[in-house]
Amino acid sequence: MENLIALLVAAPLLGAAVLLCGGRRLDAVGHWIGTVLAAVSFVIGVVLFADMLGKGAEEREMAQHLFSWVPVESFQADIAFQLDQLSMTFVLLITGVGSLIHVYSIGYMEHDERRRRFFGYLNLFLAAMLLLVLADNYLLLYVGWEGVGLASYLLIGFWQHKPSAATAAKKAFLVNRVGDMGLSIAIMLMFAWFGTFAFGPVLEATGETSEGKLTAIGLMLLLAACGKSAQVPLQSWLGDAMEGPTPVSALIHAATMVTAGVYLIVRSADIFNAAPDAQLVVTVVGAVTLLFGAIVGCAKDDIKKALAGSTMSQIGYMILAAGLGPIGYVFAIMHLVTHGFFKAGLFLGAGSVMHGMNDEVDMRRYGGLRKYMPITFVTFGLGYLAIIGFPGLSGFFSKDKIIEAAFAKGGTEGWILGSVALLGAAITAYYMTRVMLMTFFGEERWRHAPTPSPAEPSAEPAAETRGEYEVPHPHESPKSMTIPMIVLAFGSVFAGGFFSIGDRFMHWLEPVTGHDHGHAPVSAMTVTLATMVVLVIGAGIAYVQYGRRPVPALAPRGSLLTRAARRDLLQDDFNHVVLVRGGEHLTRSLVYVDHSLVDGVVNGTAASMGGLSGRLRKLQNGYARSYAVSMFGGAAVLIAVTLLMRAV
Amino acid sequence: MNPVNYLYLAALLFTIGATGVLIRRNAIVVFMCVELMLNACNLALVAFSRMHGNLDGQIIAFFTMVVAAAEVVVGLAIIVSLFRTRHSASVDDASLMKL
Amino acid sequence: MMDLAAYSTSTGEAFQFWVLGTVAVIGALCTVFMKKAVHSALCLAGTMIVLAVFYLANGAYFLGIVQIVVYTGAIMMLFLFVVMLVGVTAADSLKETIKGQRWLALLCGLGFGILLCAGIGNAALTEFNGLGQANAGGNVEGLAALIFTKYVFAFELTGALLITAAVGAMVLTHRERTERAKTQRELAEQRVREGKQVPPLPAPGVYARHNAVDIAGILPDGTASELTVIKTLRQRGQIRDVSTEAINDLKALERRAEERLGREEETAK
Repeated sequence: MENLIALLVAAPLLGAAVLLCGGRRLDAVGHWIGTVLAAVSFVIGVVLFADMLGKGAEEREMAQHLFSWVPVESFQADIAFQLDQLSMTFVLLITGVGSLIHVYSIGYMEHDERRRRFFGYLNLFLAAMLLLVLADNYLLLYVGWEGVGLASYLLIGFWQHKPSAATAAKKAFLVNRVGDMGLSIAIMLMFAWFGTFAFGPVLEATGETSEGKLTAIGLMLLLAACGKSAQVPLQSWLGDAMEGPTPVSALIHAATMVTAGVYLIVRSADIFNAAPDAQLVVTVVGAVTLLFGAIVGCAKDDIKKALAGSTMSQIGYMILAAGLGPIGYVFAIMHLVTHGFFKAGLFLGAGSVMHGMNDEVDMRRYGGLRKYMPITFVTFGLGYLAIIGFPGLSGFFSKDKIIEAAFAKGGTEGWILGSVALLGAAITAYYMTRVMLMTFFGEERWRHAPTPSPAEPSAEPAAETRGEYEVPHPHESPKSMTIPMIVLAFGSVFAGGFFSIGDRFMHWLEPVTGHDHGHAPVSAMTVTLATMVVLVIGAGIAYVQYGRRPVPALAPRGSLLTRAARRDLLQDDFNHVVLVRGGEHLTRSLVYVDHSLVDGVVNGTAASMGGLSGRLRKLQNGYARSYAVSMFGGAAVLIAVTLLMRAV
Repeated sequence: MNPVNYLYLAALLFTIGATGVLIRRNAIVVFMCVELMLNACNLALVAFSRMHGNLDGQIIAFFTMVVAAAEVVVGLAIIVSLFRTRHSASVDDASLMKL
Repeated sequence: MMDLAAYSTSTGEAFQFWVLGTVAVIGALCTVFMKKAVHSALCLAGTMIVLAVFYLANGAYFLGIVQIVVYTGAIMMLFLFVVMLVGVTAADSLKETIKGQRWLALLCGLGFGILLCAGIGNAALTEFNGLGQANAGGNVEGLAALIFTKYVFAFELTGALLITAAVGAMVLTHRERTERAKTQRELAEQRVREGKQVPPLPAPGVYARHNAVDIAGILPDGTASELTVIKTLRQRGQIRDVSTEAINDLKALERRAEERLGREEETAK
């Protein structure tokens, strides 16, 4: 059975190799190859899962050692896999959602002439992501980590003819580099202090290591997680990453890759458990991002960017839960899985809407679409209910548990974190209701040509305003797109309940992550009730604002906060002012030092040598007779010296 | 008279010749001064031969003469060809050693 | 002959040394300070003859003769030939062109001479063995015995050196013709093409008032033409200007003629 683990990675890797090297002759069948290999990987995952279920809880961990990669004295890097319950969860999520999105992409990318390449990249992503979650050491994990970064870069910039897509890809890659530095430093620290980077020995060694060292490693791992999972302060790339095709946003930037940070923290649970300071930072990062993403999501009119803000916020929940320690690990992963379902479903729904609306992304240009695309409406609606935590649906079980866990942290921290989580739930309800109402309800705003925005007068009026506006004909998407949405909607509805009945998921993961109930200051029922209340408040405000009143086709100016949120809470401005300007100033001052000091010394030396040489050069006047004088004088001196030596 | 005086005379002639080399600009005259220096050396060598009572000094003087003859031949040839190309026999005109 | 072995020389030799030594020094100084290269060469020849006498006085009979034959006879004549070939140029001026060169040279010479004399004075040169024994079998034989035994390799090398020098002198002075000599027809065509001097060069002496080679002939319009002077003199810049000289000469001639005529008239009266 263990030998199947490598096949999990190998199948999509083979697909990527075949599709990317195969050339144009595979154009016709490329998408089928990619989809089938993703499905093969999923089937293998299911087989392994079934096998695992058949064993006792403590015997479920499997390992496969493929070969020794870098055997150098004490530096032993192996290509080896480890499949435990945590990895298994991820494998099923990645291959399952991945396969569905492959199917969806067949329809979505039908008219793209580079579809084969797209499927090649998708397969490459699957292989790298599986490598990331299956690795049995941090170094191999790092390989997968970089692999998903590469795939993400390639897919965000897939339509590289659009400058915005090319820039977004570059931005994502660069911001991720910062996080990757954190991971590489963490690995170096592990090797320096523990002499190894395999999960087992490292996590065992945490017991005998000082807290300071563990905090350092933990913070570096957190930096890595921040980069990959778009957490504050490395969050700026996720919104722009929506430039990629929608299936990419759904698979990579909602369901799987961005959760790699959560996986990293949960996988390194022992390190964080022993470093409370690092844990505290993790919870703070999670809480801040939770609110940050939610606020940004409220202000965006671009449906995908609103969902991106939501993703950031939901991952904030996961990171927060992961930072809570054993109280939260299970719920972090549980929310991760349910989020994988409903957020992928929401993105696919958004893609379906865009598909029927001539690729329009502005929600103010939507409205009343429920009649035209019923399947999309229903699946999107179920995803919506799931994410806001409607009782009985997935989000309800997972998010509610996180809020409970935050309170259970205890003390002032617990109260603060719990309140933030509750507030986040309210905002989530608000912005998701807003998206829902603006898209599927209300006036059919797309029937009229858009008027140019007075706030941003463009020099050249858009094509639509010149009377060439083509009224879109909203229609339901093909089956290849709706079926994955239906499947994901099923997951959105039932996954949470299925996991929670009898605490199945907790028992499943407990051997890996451990669990602790904490000391909840309030009962679970109270928390649930409070959540319900804030949910209703949030959704109610949104209904009053967007359901009762007509939505203006042009965004109103809005308050200061709204305008800031539209600009992603000034994240890019912050980066520009602090990092770009700061870097420029630093560079300029270094250039100044270089010019004045370093060049001064060098040029001064050169100039003094030059001046000296210029004086010496006068001796070289080219006249043989002058040289003869010096020779003659030299001879006289020689005689004098000889005489003196004899005299002495 | 002490035969050492021959050596003083040789030293005097040598110095005059050397100073001439430094002062004169006509290559031919410079060359003559060089010959004068060589002759002064020969005188000293002959005096040494007398001092030591053997003929080795004279042999050396003899060789000096042979070498001087060869030198004169080549040197004058150089002067002639220099004159042909530069139309001048001044040593200062050939200040090509300077950039 | 026995005097040569003595520590102190005979009065005759002392007299000869002081007289001829003075001559030699004067000759050397004249060599350096004479303005014309020819005079320098003659003074140097005089000094060399004096040195030859000193060689003889020191028992170097062979060298004394060789000095006269080879140096004064051959080498100095070679110098004179070259002086004639190269001619008198501006280099003959004793005016110094390099700043401070003369003072430096004199200073160095003075210092060098003093130091050298001090060195000689410092040396313990009290014993003069004399050449009586060495020259017993004859000076030439003695030298020959040494040259062909002890110094035979050096002697062979000097032979090689002399051959090399002869070949070198030939190489240096001989100019290889790298292109075919132009025929008369080609030269004529070239003259026409250039258009500078189409007819043949003016012949010297046609309208000349002088028959010296370094004086330019006069063209029919009365101007002097440097083309009548040979190329070598032209290159050396040794053309004598006749325009004023001729007129002055003419004036002097006329004056003298008038004087004579006047005197004749007076006597006639």
